[in-house]
Amino acid sequence: MVIFLQNMVNALQWGSFYALIALGYSMVYSILMLFNFAHGDIFMVGAYIGFGVSIGLLALSSSGALPMPNWLILVMTILFSMFLTSFVGMIVERVGYRPLRNAPRASAAITGLMIGIILETGNLILMGARRVSFPSLIETATYNVGGVFVTNKKIMIVLVSLLLTLALHQFVRRTKWGMAMRAMAFDFAVVPLMGVPLNTVIALTFAIGSALAAAAGILFGIAYPVLDPYMGILFGWKAFVAAILGGRGSILGATLAGFLLGFTEIFVAMIFPSTLRDLIAYSIILLILTFRPHGFFGEPYSARLRL
Amino acid sequence: MASTTTFRTFRAGWSRVPLIGWLFGALLAVTLERLVGGPLALAVGLPKIPALFGLDIMLKKPLLIPNAVLYVLLVYGLPMGIATRAGIAPANRLAARLFRLPIVVTTVVYIGFLYAIFHVWAEVNDYRALVLKLTLIAIMFTLSLNVINGYMGEFSCSHPGFMALGAYCASVFSLGLFVDTRFFGTALLPPALGPFLFPVALVLGGLLAAAGALIVAVPSFRTRGDYLAIISLAFLFIVKSLIENLEYVRGPRGLSGQPDWANLPTVFLWTVACIWSINNFVRSTIGKALNAVRDNELAASAMTVNTRRTKIVAFLFSAFWAGIAGGLFAHVLRYVNPSTFGIQNLAEVLAMVYFGGLNSVYGSIVGAVSISLLGEALRPLEIFKWIIIPLLLILVMIFRPTGLIAFKDLDVTSLLRPKQNPGGEV
Repeated sequence: MVIFLQNMVNALQWGSFYALIALGYSMVYSILMLFNFAHGDIFMVGAYIGFGVSIGLLALSSSGALPMPNWLILVMTILFSMFLTSFVGMIVERVGYRPLRNAPRASAAITGLMIGIILETGNLILMGARRVSFPSLIETATYNVGGVFVTNKKIMIVLVSLLLTLALHQFVRRTKWGMAMRAMAFDFAVVPLMGVPLNTVIALTFAIGSALAAAAGILFGIAYPVLDPYMGILFGWKAFVAAILGGRGSILGATLAGFLLGFTEIFVAMIFPSTLRDLIAYSIILLILTFRPHGFFGEPYSARLRL
Repeated sequence: MASTTTFRTFRAGWSRVPLIGWLFGALLAVTLERLVGGPLALAVGLPKIPALFGLDIMLKKPLLIPNAVLYVLLVYGLPMGIATRAGIAPANRLAARLFRLPIVVTTVVYIGFLYAIFHVWAEVNDYRALVLKLTLIAIMFTLSLNVINGYMGEFSCSHPGFMALGAYCASVFSLGLFVDTRFFGTALLPPALGPFLFPVALVLGGLLAAAGALIVAVPSFRTRGDYLAIISLAFLFIVKSLIENLEYVRGPRGLSGQPDWANLPTVFLWTVACIWSINNFVRSTIGKALNAVRDNELAASAMTVNTRRTKIVAFLFSAFWAGIAGGLFAHVLRYVNPSTFGIQNLAEVLAMVYFGGLNSVYGSIVGAVSISLLGEALRPLEIFKWIIIPLLLILVMIFRPTGLIAFKDLDVTSLLRPKQNPGGEV
């Protein structure tokens, strides 16, 4: 039981990365009906931007010019990196997706993949091949709750990701821009005729998705403080799987499926040898999709979906 | 404007050169290079014969670019230009005579010529032979993916998985039966028998890949598009992870020491067989049914197309050739490990398919050759190569979203036709 609970805690943390990244996929999908394949690499870029920002803030703080406590640095790192990374997302949209809006979707998928490769390689050129380690901004404190070890970092990671998901939900439900997004997801052709600025809404969608990916990147850096330029590939593809599994374009579905994927991976590793993790996790996904081909919350396959 | 017209009139001089003329010209050029290439390279100031049309030298030593261009012009451009131009009349006569023969015989003659060119060209050094073999394998792999992504209109991510299945099955066959290894024990059959049973190894690999394709094909009855992409992606992860965990095939360390059976003629013949069978497949009734399923599945099934059968045949067929390509790949490099068949490989082959053009055999050949050669040529740039190739591909996607040569049939008869009546009138 204790082992189970311990793994539950780990799975919550692991799943929150997937959930945050999957949200970005899902949001873009709901409007453009295509998956932003560069998203995993935006997650990586976000982590690196977070690394740069936190190093800068730490230097600023320790030089005495602007003394700040470490938790404030962390908060500012997250906010500032989210802001910066959202521009990366908008640039990706402008370069890779906007020119191809009327092209077949597979072509847009290819540009996304290629932009991802460019981001990885560009990072490799800028930062070199060595891995960088994320600065430890908060002291790890471990609490023992009835035999289950919980660190303050884990609590913070899960809380921040849930908070961001909730904020996104509120944004989409309550604000005018969120309403524009929902309307556009409902009908991509007519809503722009009603005076909703198409390009702005799409750019905003990419910006929000990228900001969430950046948050995931920083949280990942806090939990596993080693960054390398290819870390986004596997995470990106797995979160993509989660986004599909949740049902395309569903915020709730993407979050749940992200956590579910995290749980599956952690619990498979708990029961079986950890090398079998991918094998079993993906076999489960294959089975789910075979019997429920449109995910948990998606609409069933119909001829209406354009390809 | 004036320069375009000059170029047009210049090019018009060669517009009536039939294919056989070009083949003769190319054969002449490569023979010439084989005979006098070394001294000529020294004469124009190059250290040795440039391996890939001078592309490899240009980026390593930019100062030698004029020399390399001069060499290429002297060795390939000039002989080919003169020989083809001068030989228009006899070449057309020959083409007409060949054209009257049964189409099979004609094609065999042409393919023999093509092989002779490759053979002489690749004899110059081992690097050329390796690049040529890998390019031919890339053509097979790209074609097999184009059947699904182009002709059937799905987004399959599973082809590296099929290739891995083929590579491992063929490797286990050849290593287990014909080679003394620590992990499979002593050879069961005399190694002299090996090359004759190599096709069996490849076909077994192809069949295993086709069997694996059932896992992707069956869900494709109920779902399309993104969900199928995920299913195929999950398949890729599963295959890779399975191989990594199978101690029988040495897990992540990979298999090495495959016998050296995949020589140039073998790879060439298999590639020809692949192009021939895929070209016939996509031009057959079932190929047209495949296009119908892509464009509108409901309408296709209303027009009596058996969509399930079509999909499953396409998947099995495509996976079979991917498996063959994998088996050849393993025997060319004589080493495979599971990480070869990952996302990176997927991105590469997708790049080849979409660069060349969807729904087109020509396109796949062009895409595979150009991305392979570009990859080799940009090798001196090291990591910057992975900025230039993606950028190029993005540009192609923006200006030609379906690829360079999309939706074009490969019509062998029109290729082989003489460009001029044998009587001589224009």
